[in-house]
Amino acid sequence: MSRLTAENLTLAYDRRVVARDLDVAIPDGSFTVIIGPNACGKSTLLNAFARLLTPTAGQVLLDGRMISGYRSKEVARKLGLLPQSSTAPGGITVGDLVARGRYPHQKLLRQWSAEDEDIVRESMARTGVLDLAHRAVDELSGGQRQRVWLALVLAQQTDILLLDEPTTFLDIAHQFEVLDLCADLNEREGHTLVAVLHDINQACRYATHLIALRPGGVVAAAGRPAEIVDADLIADVFGIQARVIDDPETGTPMIVPVARTRASAPSLA
Amino acid sequence: MVTARVTTGVVVRAFGVSVRVAPRTLVVVAVLAALAAVVSVLSMTVGQVSLSPGEVVAALFGGGTPVSEMVVLRLRLPRALTGLLAGAALAVSGALLQSITRNVLGSPDFIGITTGSATGALITIIVLGGGMHQTSLGALVGGLATAAVMYALVLRRGLQGFRFVLVGVGVAALLLAVNYYLITRADIYDAVAAQEWLTGSLNLRTWPQVIAIAVTVALLLPLGALWSRRLTAMEMGDPIAGALGVPLVPTRLVLIGAATGLAAVATAATGPIAFVALAAPQLARAVTRANGPAVLTSALMGAVLLGASDFAVQRIFGTAQLPVGIVTSAVGGLYLAWLLAARWRGRT
Repeated sequence: MSRLTAENLTLAYDRRVVARDLDVAIPDGSFTVIIGPNACGKSTLLNAFARLLTPTAGQVLLDGRMISGYRSKEVARKLGLLPQSSTAPGGITVGDLVARGRYPHQKLLRQWSAEDEDIVRESMARTGVLDLAHRAVDELSGGQRQRVWLALVLAQQTDILLLDEPTTFLDIAHQFEVLDLCADLNEREGHTLVAVLHDINQACRYATHLIALRPGGVVAAAGRPAEIVDADLIADVFGIQARVIDDPETGTPMIVPVARTRASAPSLA
Repeated sequence: MVTARVTTGVVVRAFGVSVRVAPRTLVVVAVLAALAAVVSVLSMTVGQVSLSPGEVVAALFGGGTPVSEMVVLRLRLPRALTGLLAGAALAVSGALLQSITRNVLGSPDFIGITTGSATGALITIIVLGGGMHQTSLGALVGGLATAAVMYALVLRRGLQGFRFVLVGVGVAALLLAVNYYLITRADIYDAVAAQEWLTGSLNLRTWPQVIAIAVTVALLLPLGALWSRRLTAMEMGDPIAGALGVPLVPTRLVLIGAATGLAAVATAATGPIAFVALAAPQLARAVTRANGPAVLTSALMGAVLLGASDFAVQRIFGTAQLPVGIVTSAVGGLYLAWLLAARWRGRT
């Protein structure tokens, strides 16, 4: 079953069409990862799911209803988004920033209940930033900051979480830390996750459902990584030659691009 | 078990209302409100009939002499109130626009709204030969029309703060040229009247002006204050704000409209008064250390700034009746230079 689907979606910025006739379903309870080359419409698709971009044609359905028919706050109580980059206000404390995730649950005159405070505390504990509550966000490292933003999205208390390149700008240790955290949220707490990732091997390792987009926003394949990822798909989607082997740690597909000397050898001969 | 709070601020819960406020903001609001009252009373002591602050207060509450009551209630109170309200209106307009454009220079005096009001006023004075009330109306129409044109120019390609400011600066330059042209075409009496209006003044303001601004502020300030939470979210970036459930486009459209209305009505009543809209919100943010547009503190800060400037004008220059716009320009220019210098130092 899929609470979140896209039907015949055509997406465009101004008049430049990024994706045409896209049909995508996000399986409930999955950790879905979208991969594809630059400018193939990965983030655009995520923005359409988050209702930040109105499709030129087709529709996004959330719980069987057109997402454009919901009130803004209603959508925000069902799905949350961690954008590629956001600006933390200068001098704000970690706790106060995470508290902003409660926005869709607040009313004009009832803005801060004991429950709000508890949810904020809990969200911070889940991403491991509770000890930082009274620190200024400006002082934190990149990895800590990303976990703070994730806590903000968790405080929104949505079943579905959209993550736009959550590991960009992080060193490898923090990349895996964030991905492990995402896997925990998916496995233990049953959140449906949709993430855009650049690293194919990380995508194969963590995704329970993989969507590969070709340039021009066309779905090349969708399914479990082990079922869909092979050398042909990588060549089709990214235009490179690569060997696909088993990840020695997890057994999931792992791509090893063909070395320059070997790849270019035929043309030199 | 009592767990420690993870957020800051005091939670106020009473009568079904629960809000989290920073104690510092409450103190600032109280201090500024007191300052605004003091400045107003002081400015009402000055004039051809000199009164003590005590006499002014007595006259305000109906316990003065017939002369002091006449002077205070008929002449000086409208002037003081016009100053307070225009200062508040300009400051809120600046706070909203600076927040929407995420740019300090996104204040109505820079992006053409005030200049557009001036164009409207000049056309009324010079071309249509209108009096004081018609001039106010012309200024109001000019400001609103300018904002509408800018919005149409910018909207087609998505409303981004920086582009709005750039288009605004361009429109302001264009309208300034129109304004100078209009003055050169005017006869000497109209040109003098136009020039006088252009400096911004609180001299000879009467109750109709007070009521016009009071109604505008009463309608639009609460809207700005209530929606400032949306702007606070939008300052983190459109994607996260949109995902949190802020309707981005309607919020911008309505708040740009509100900011324009406030600036245009204030300008209609007093003529263009420079820098209050630019400086007051920045000062308010600096003293409260709050994030977001700080609408209420900005309003009070603007009221105090304009009230104090008018007091200074009357006190120092006496019956020469120097327009208050000259003082705010001078003080504001210094402030802007300091602000830019501080930014540059911070960056290197």
